[in-house]
Amino acid sequence: MADTHDMQADARKPQVGLFATCLVDLFRPTVGFSAVKLIEDAGCDVHVPMAQTCCGQPAYNSGDRADTRAIAEQVIETFEGFDYIVAPSGSCSSMLKKHYPGLFKGDARWEARATAFSAKVFELVSFLADVMKVKAVDAAFDGSVTYHDSCSGLRELGISKQPRDLLKSVDGLAIKEMKDSDVCCGFGGTFCVKYSDISNAIVSKKTTNIDASGADVLLAGDMGCLMNMAGKLKREGSKIEVRHVAEVLAGMTDTKPIAGQAK
Amino acid sequence: MKLTSPQFKENSARALADQQLQKALLNVQKGFIGKRAAAAADLPEFDALRDNAREIKNHVLGHLDLYLEAYEKKVTEAGGHVHWAETAEEAREIVLGICRKRNAKTVTKGKSMITEEINLNEYLEENGIVPVETDLGEYIIQLRGEHPSHIIAPAVHLNKEQVEGDFRRVHTHLPQARDLTEPTSLLSEAREVLRKRYFEADVGITGANFLIAETGSSVIVTNEGNGDLTQSLGKCHIAVASLEKIVPTLNDCAQILRLLARSATGQDMSVYTTFSTGPRRPEDEDGPEEYHVVLLDNGRSAMLGTEFQEMLRCIRCGACMNHCPVYHAVGGHAYGSVYPGPMGAVLTPSLNGIDKAGHLPNASTFCGRCESVCPMRIPLPKMMRNWREREFERHLTPSAARYGLGLWAFFARRPKLYRFAVSFAMPALSLLGGTGRRIRSLPLAGGWTKYRDFPAPEGRTFLQEWAQRENRKQGAGR
Ligand code: SF4
Repeated sequence: MADTHDMQADARKPQVGLFATCLVDLFRPTVGFSAVKLIEDAGCDVHVPMAQTCCGQPAYNSGDRADTRAIAEQVIETFEGFDYIVAPSGSCSSMLKKHYPGLFKGDARWEARATAFSAKVFELVSFLADVMKVKAVDAAFDGSVTYHDSCSGLRELGISKQPRDLLKSVDGLAIKEMKDSDVCCGFGGTFCVKYSDISNAIVSKKTTNIDASGADVLLAGDMGCLMNMAGKLKREGSKIEVRHVAEVLAGMTDTKPIAGQAK
Repeated sequence: MKLTSPQFKENSARALADQQLQKALLNVQKGFIGKRAAAAADLPEFDALRDNAREIKNHVLGHLDLYLEAYEKKVTEAGGHVHWAETAEEAREIVLGICRKRNAKTVTKGKSMITEEINLNEYLEENGIVPVETDLGEYIIQLRGEHPSHIIAPAVHLNKEQVEGDFRRVHTHLPQARDLTEPTSLLSEAREVLRKRYFEADVGITGANFLIAETGSSVIVTNEGNGDLTQSLGKCHIAVASLEKIVPTLNDCAQILRLLARSATGQDMSVYTTFSTGPRRPEDEDGPEEYHVVLLDNGRSAMLGTEFQEMLRCIRCGACMNHCPVYHAVGGHAYGSVYPGPMGAVLTPSLNGIDKAGHLPNASTFCGRCESVCPMRIPLPKMMRNWREREFERHLTPSAARYGLGLWAFFARRPKLYRFAVSFAMPALSLLGGTGRRIRSLPLAGGWTKYRDFPAPEGRTFLQEWAQRENRKQGAGR
């Protein structure tokens, strides 16, 4: 009897497809599990399709439209059945939400499909705050954090207040804003390898600002930016702990950080 | 100026190592950004104006031929002359022809990017005519034999001390004891020298911020008033402008003007905004006897109807470069063309060919800050991506990158194969990280590890772990 009741309750829950993103999948499973916990806590069922790989950004931003489109078709086919598609990354969500429809312009059938799909895509923190109206998370973190606004999330999806509001609800956590938190960290996908000297100049300004904030921990919502800043901080010998914002919001900070020493 | 865009990487390396330049570039980040933000915040209808401005320009670009014809008719009615120049050479010839007719020895010039684009100064000099730049920044870089590094602040790459040195070197007839430590004292120093030049000049050459079809007027905005003197003291005024500067009416012009200075310098308006309609009329107190407009195409009409048409909305405010982290790092000269920063990254390949300017649209992180501040709402990153697509189609993309990307895409399209491959690759990479979980050098990623460690992966992939967790759950449920 109890079982049937649960099933009925479950059926009413929003069904969320988690698009883990390639960097989270390959480098930082903790972020994937943090996302699952946060979405479940918000009252949804989470599904993780095994057929997912990458959103196609590397190809897209390198001008390879044909491959991008092929990848996009596969992502849409894999995920369009869910009520929502959520990704713990501003740039990948933006790719799915803002850029996919344009890939199919003029293709009557696919364009409509891509548009319908895109309407259901959300970045993780924005999904929690804007869609599920989560006001507070059930987590504790003893320390001060500074938050870097990753570019795509900030400028393409308007994510800035949501992560800060949710972070404020974390027990024991203090936010110390850095200077120019909304300026690019110099990652830029293949940019950081192709124009490494310029990228280095940009990330060096960023790490200076991070250090100057006096925070113990650096947070951001994108693995690309995080790996870039973490890599630079490590090379500079900084002890600052680097984490994806989802890890802190989910209370999953018992893992080793991306850089620095866990407190 | 000579195009050095193909050497963008070498140019950038030099710029990054130039301490003086790095210090000067801090002014861009300190000055312009806050002032623009404050000016935009002070005007509640700022964003509405941007939408409107975009519509005005889109409309004009959709009917460019009609508006240009209407404009020409009005200029002619007012007693002026319109000259059509398809190429830079043609434009130079036309200007030289007018100067020759007037027997000109000296011409004064107001700040104009378009005359930089057509290399007018060099050409006039070669033909025995002395061009004198009258904008303070332009004057300084002319003294130094340089080119502008910014479209509204041509000498932004220099420090006050450098300028002082140049003035002391060149203005030897002025008293040595003079104070040249403040921008205002530098300005009056330049003014003193330039005053005479205005009266000597036979011809005054300016650019135009706008051309107005309704009235046949050309419009220039300056903060120093040098543009006015240039165009009204000489006997002949030549305005050189590119086709897309046209707007339909005075009212349209006024609306876009409200965006221009706010976006550029954070002022409500520039100090001087001057409308010129034809030569002086009998009842006018001053003004030139002759008025010419040289309308330059130089590749612009070829952008119409393409994915680059939107770039023609640009009003040259410079906000995109003021907010660009790449510009902040390397400055304007590294771009190696008249138009630096994000707008140059789109425009330069259009004007000079993607084969020569391929670095420019690639050297962007796509952070989107340029688009977020562009008063004309030009989707700059999107258009840089369009250039990357054209490069890719024409196989101009470096083959190593092409190959690497192709390989990634091959796996990304085949999830089963992808899973199989990464199940080996990630643990290996994780091991490489060792106990410190840092990778200090990685084959094929030298660009990364030159400056950064590579954070080691946790080991197993998220999907692997997830699948295992689900299996366990199902096992437990059975
Ligand atoms: S592209 Fe936009 S921001 Fe840049 S100069 Fe032109 S109008 Fe100004």
